[in-house]
Formats: sequence, C-alpha cells, structure tokens
Amino acid sequence: MSWSPGEDVIEVQRAPAPGAARSVWRTFGETVRGLMTTFGRFRETPVTVQYPEEKTPVYPRFRGRHKLHRFEDSGLEKCVGCSLCAAACPADCIRVVAAENTPENRVSAGERYAAVYEINLSRCIFCGYCEIACPFDAITMGHDYELSDYDRTDLIFTKEMLLAEPLERTPLRNEGE
Amino acid sequence: MNATPLALVGYYEPWWIQIIKAIVIFAVGLQLVPVVLLAERKLLGRFQSRYGPNRVGPYGALQPLADILKLLTKEQFRPTTSIGFLFVLAPALSILTAVAAFALIPFGNVQDIFGTKVGLYGLDVSIGPLYLFAFGAVAFYGIMLGGWSSGSKYSFLGAMRGAAQLISYEVSQGLALLGVIFSAQTLSLTGIVVAQKGMWYIVPQFFGFLIFLTASFAETNRAPFDLTEADAELVGGYNTEYGGGRFASYYFAEYLNVLVVAGIVTTVFLSGWLLPFGIHPPGFLDPFIVLAKMSLFTFLFIWVRATLPRLRYDQLMSFGWKILLPLATLNALVTAVLVVVTH
Repeated sequence: MSWSPGEDVIEVQRAPAPGAARSVWRTFGETVRGLMTTFGRFRETPVTVQYPEEKTPVYPRFRGRHKLHRFEDSGLEKCVGCSLCAAACPADCIRVVAAENTPENRVSAGERYAAVYEINLSRCIFCGYCEIACPFDAITMGHDYELSDYDRTDLIFTKEMLLAEPLERTPLRNEGE
Repeated sequence: MNATPLALVGYYEPWWIQIIKAIVIFAVGLQLVPVVLLAERKLLGRFQSRYGPNRVGPYGALQPLADILKLLTKEQFRPTTSIGFLFVLAPALSILTAVAAFALIPFGNVQDIFGTKVGLYGLDVSIGPLYLFAFGAVAFYGIMLGGWSSGSKYSFLGAMRGAAQLISYEVSQGLALLGVIFSAQTLSLTGIVVAQKGMWYIVPQFFGFLIFLTASFAETNRAPFDLTEADAELVGGYNTEYGGGRFASYYFAEYLNVLVVAGIVTTVFLSGWLLPFGIHPPGFLDPFIVLAKMSLFTFLFIWVRATLPRLRYDQLMSFGWKILLPLATLNALVTAVLVVVTH
C-alpha cells in the first residue's frame, strides 16, 4: 500500500519548456544583456579606496584609539586619577596610579591626578566603557584605527601618548555618507 | 619521379628575409603577450568596478614583468608520480604550436621594403585554415600530455575534459570557416583578405562569425568554456602540478592562442588590413590596422570572461554537439547553395 501525501503536495507551476530554436535565441539575448551589464560597470569609475594613500572615512561616533583631554583654558588635565575607567574596563587593560596635586605641582583640576595612566591597546576591545565611566569626560574614544606595531610593548600607550594629538587626522564621514 | 608538394607556398623571398621574418614574428608575439596579460587584468578590474594592478610601474604597466620574474625565479618542481620527459615537453609543445599558428596571420600585403618584396606574414600557404587546425590539434597534446603526465587526479580530469572539449568544438569551428572558404574560393588567408575587398565577410557570414567566435572561446579554453582549468572543482585543471617557468609557458601559450584567434577572426571576417569606404592608407600602416582589429577581439574575449559564468560539463557537451554543430552545418550548407546559385 503506497502512502498518500494528501493535501501537502505542492504543485509547481512551470512555463512550457522552450523549443530548441527559442532557447538558443533566449540564450543569445541573455548573453547580450549580461554583456551590457558588465559594460555598464566598465564605464563607471572604480569604487576602490586606495587604502594607504586614501583612508576610509569613519563616523563621528567611531570607537578608535583613546584620547585623554586637557582643559582648553588652563591646560590642566581633566583626569583626576579616580580609576573608574580601570574598574569599568572588561578587558582589564587600563592601569591608573594616582598622586596628590600640590600647589607647586598642579597637574589636574581636582585633588589628585593620574601619575601613571597606561592603556594596553593589545588587550583593549574598544568597547567604550571607560568613556562612559569617566565622570569628567577626561577619556574619550578617538578616531585612529591604524594601531599595528612590531612589538607588543609598543602598544602600551602612556599618558603622554594619549594626551598628544594624533600624528595624522583620520578623515570623518560627512552627513549621510 | 616528380613529387607534388603538399601545399603551395607562395615564396619568392630570399632565405634571409624568411629568417628575419621568423625572428620578427616571434619577437612581436613575445611583446604582445604581456600587453594582453596586463590588458586582461586591468580590464577585468574595470568590469568589476575596481582598478586592476596599479602598483608596479606607472598604471601597473610593469606588472607582467614582475609576474614573469617571479615565475622564472621559482623552483622547478615535479611530482614523484609524474612522467619526467613528457612533463617537461608538454608546456614547450603548447608554446610551439601557438607560435606556429601565429606565423599564419597576415599583418599586411606584400610590401616593397628598400627594393625587396616582403610579405608581412610568416607564411602564405595555400592550405591556410587546414594548417591552423592541424596546429590546433597538436596544441591539444600540450594540454593532454601535461595533464596526463602530471600523475595527479585533478590534472588528469582537466586534461580529459580538455580533450573532449577541443575535439567537440574544433568541428564547429572548421564548419563555420567553410562558409567563408566557399565564398572566397581560396584557402590562402591573404587570398581570403583580398576577396573581402567588396564586403567584409562579417556581414554575409554573420552566423558563421558568431559560431566561429563561440567555438574559438572553447578552443582557447577561455571563459565561459574554461572547464579544463575550472578552479572551483579541479584546483587548476591540467596545469595544477605546474609551477615556475613551465607554468609561465602554459600561460604564455594561452594568451598567444587568444591573439592567434583574434588574428584569424580579423583576417577571415574583418578583412585583415583593408579599411572600408575606399580608404587606402600607405602600406606600412597595414600591421597597425590588423593589430587594432585584433585588439577589438581581445577586448571582446576579456569582456566575455568578465560576464559569463562557466558552463557545466554536460551543458558544454550538449551545447557543442546539439546546437553549435547543427548551426554550423546549416550555415555551411546554405552558403554552399547560395554560392552555387549566384555563380
């Protein structure tokens, strides 16, 4: 006894098979259509971004290499060495050693300042939690993404490196680009 | 006993001119191949909305040189299962046949160079297309022996496919040329060019042209008929086990074959060095006219490669035998009847 599929059978609607001459003609037509399509690409300018010379622009909210900030008027560091960024960091790549500000040596606006501020960029996952954790907006994620190096120790960025302006500005994407 | 020659070779040139011509033709072929190689990579890039190679030299012009240097400095390697002398012989055979076929392309009519009459072609035999198909048949030994002597499954499969494909499409190619030969009443390629003075054969023989072109794609193992080296399924096909200079030889032969086919199409359907509308340029421009027409077809080859996907093997076979061959036969028959009726 054979099994009856019942209502589950799906009838496939097919067009009548073309004859030999018709299918040859159709193949020819489709070939020509394909050739015109590729010729359209040929007439366009290439979309390649010539990377080392020409960089891909990033969005304003792109999370690249971190930056430490100073107050623009007084030149004092915004970071007060509270270590909240280090506490928030899931990759545990931030090391902060705080020291007291003295009237002779005033580094930051608060009571204390970061004597040592290091980010190990070979461990950083660029999540941006440090930026969120910071109560003074002292650390933000910058736009640099060219961070390769020959040595792992060179990827431990010190406070001076993070405070300095990047050597080359990463291009920003325009609105709607 | 008076032996009759196999073919009439219209030679009236001194021997030293023939030697110079042989050297010049080989040199020109050698110079054209890197140009085609670069053109292919640049154009394929443009067809895919990218620049091709543009790092080596201005606009990537030195890329073929870099490729060849890289290939020639590689270690000569051969699998232990391979058959030594055939493995070495096969690429050489490929180049040999390609260059021999290149000798047939007429780049111009007989010119008067410093009082010496020189035909701007390697050979003008009275059996032009036959010579061509003979060398085409030998060329397939280059692929066949190379694939077989490699001692590798992929190479072997590629070679088998190549053999079947070349045999199938050679028939259609020959039949497509028959129409032209009927109309021109000659087998000499220069004769065919001269016979197109009134009208280029691409107009009355348009179907023959299409069939010949399609079969030529298969004969030169180019996309969409590049099943001999179908990378997706056969690694590299017949040349899987080849590297370095020997691979370069295969590569060279492939591109020279493209040039040969472009030259033959130019000669047979586009009237070689003749220009339409009664324009008669000076004789020294003839080779450039032929080269310009050849570059047109080389462009078409690259264009098609950028467009069409590779055929399945059974599609290839059924297309060759069930569609192309009947069409070619029909074309030859109709032309034959028309030639008889109009004469």
